[in-house]
Amino acid sequence: MSLELLGGRILAPWFGSSIYVWGSIITVFMLSLSAGYLIGGRLSLRAPTLAKFGWIFVLAALVLAPVVYLAEPAMAWVFERIEDPRYGSLAASLVLFVVPTVVLGAISPYAVRLLVRFREESGNVAGTLYFVSTMGSALGTLATSFYFVLWFEMDTIVVTLAGVLLVLGAAGVGARRLDHDGNDHADA
Amino acid sequence: MPMLERPPRRRRRATATWALLALACCTAGADEEVVHRERSLYQTILITQEPSRLCMKFTIRDRERNQSCTDPRSPKRMVFTYTRMMMASLLLTPDPGSVLVAGLGGGTLPTALADLLPGARIEIAEIDPAVVQAARTYFGFETDDRLRVHVSDARVFVKRALARGEHYDLVLLDAYSGDYIPEHLMTVEFLAEVRALLAPGGVVAANTFATSILYDHESETYRAVFGEFFNLRLPDSNNRVILASNSPLPTRATLRDNARSWHRRLRAYDVPIASYPSRLSRKVDWDDTKRALTDQYSPANLLRAR
Repeated sequence: MSLELLGGRILAPWFGSSIYVWGSIITVFMLSLSAGYLIGGRLSLRAPTLAKFGWIFVLAALVLAPVVYLAEPAMAWVFERIEDPRYGSLAASLVLFVVPTVVLGAISPYAVRLLVRFREESGNVAGTLYFVSTMGSALGTLATSFYFVLWFEMDTIVVTLAGVLLVLGAAGVGARRLDHDGNDHADA
Repeated sequence: MPMLERPPRRRRRATATWALLALACCTAGADEEVVHRERSLYQTILITQEPSRLCMKFTIRDRERNQSCTDPRSPKRMVFTYTRMMMASLLLTPDPGSVLVAGLGGGTLPTALADLLPGARIEIAEIDPAVVQAARTYFGFETDDRLRVHVSDARVFVKRALARGEHYDLVLLDAYSGDYIPEHLMTVEFLAEVRALLAPGGVVAANTFATSILYDHESETYRAVFGEFFNLRLPDSNNRVILASNSPLPTRATLRDNARSWHRRLRAYDVPIASYPSRLSRKVDWDDTKRALTDQYSPANLLRAR
């Protein structure tokens, strides 16, 4: 959510801040998350381990950080080719945000697989995960829009988000125990 | 039947409430009637009729503000101090051949410029199509070959105009509706784009805020792009107008010459242009340690609230 909010900021200099810019961003995030959920679920079928789970975080960090450098040339490229700011902002959102958001989407279903030990508790585990993840999104939204934009530059926030993902991923890869409580990823 | 009767009564009460609110906050106790009220994509647009003037107001938060008013008995007269202050741009560029106005409102400024500069091409970028419609319906705003309005975000319009290789002699930035500031229109990057859009000797006039620490940040933002600029502040206004150029600023003597040549023509608009040259200041009257706003760092609305 923090990234989604910053997405609006990133696109504004090229496509304005009209309602359709937000429409583009939300659409792209929703599409990407849904694809990510599917992929995360499939991945969890193949001998899931905490280490692999950690690698998803590392991958998310690695694809998120370049957004900082890609944003300007990518938006300039789209701006030159698409005159209509609706489709321009949609295309730019696709280029910039699909990959990181798909990877981030894969985290939750994979986490469900790692945390569920008995079928009876699966609903409870999923519920807890949704809770943590959505609560994290809410806090991330609040902190970003109320304070981070006042304290930090946008790129700093994006790079920090990537850094947090990297640290969490490294912790996952390094940890041995499969039932390690690895669900504190959500506020990314 | 009661179901059918209730809404009108409620609406009447709502109108009265709006009028009261408007009276309480913004007007000098005059009777006010809401002629038209509309929720657009971006704001609530109110057209209000007062005994001596017709106004367009925008509400984004709970407060409203007179945005654009005309006096039907002398339609040329500029009702607001800040609108008159924007005309000070003619002191720096007395005969612009092309003008870009960001933000339409009731169309007061572009209409006046079209009348005063018969040879000039005037383009307007206004984001809200409902504002364009309201200006046409209630303020007699008319477009033609040399006065054109584009429904577009000003930032996007400027970028497109740059890509087309266009230039303007004068750019008027008046896109801060009500109390909300479009943050991407108050950054070093945006102003650099506007500067690049200026023809040699081109001038930018921006209607901005004189209060809150945003004043410091904004001043630094303009200085980062244009270097020294003129500040126009008047005791009877909370606005200040920034006048900047991509060429060295004119001398006081040139300003006075231009004021003399415009003085008579601007009388009908109630613009005291002769009094402006002595009020244009180059003094750094802000805290110059505050950082300039950029696309990376532009919490203008949060800064304004401080």
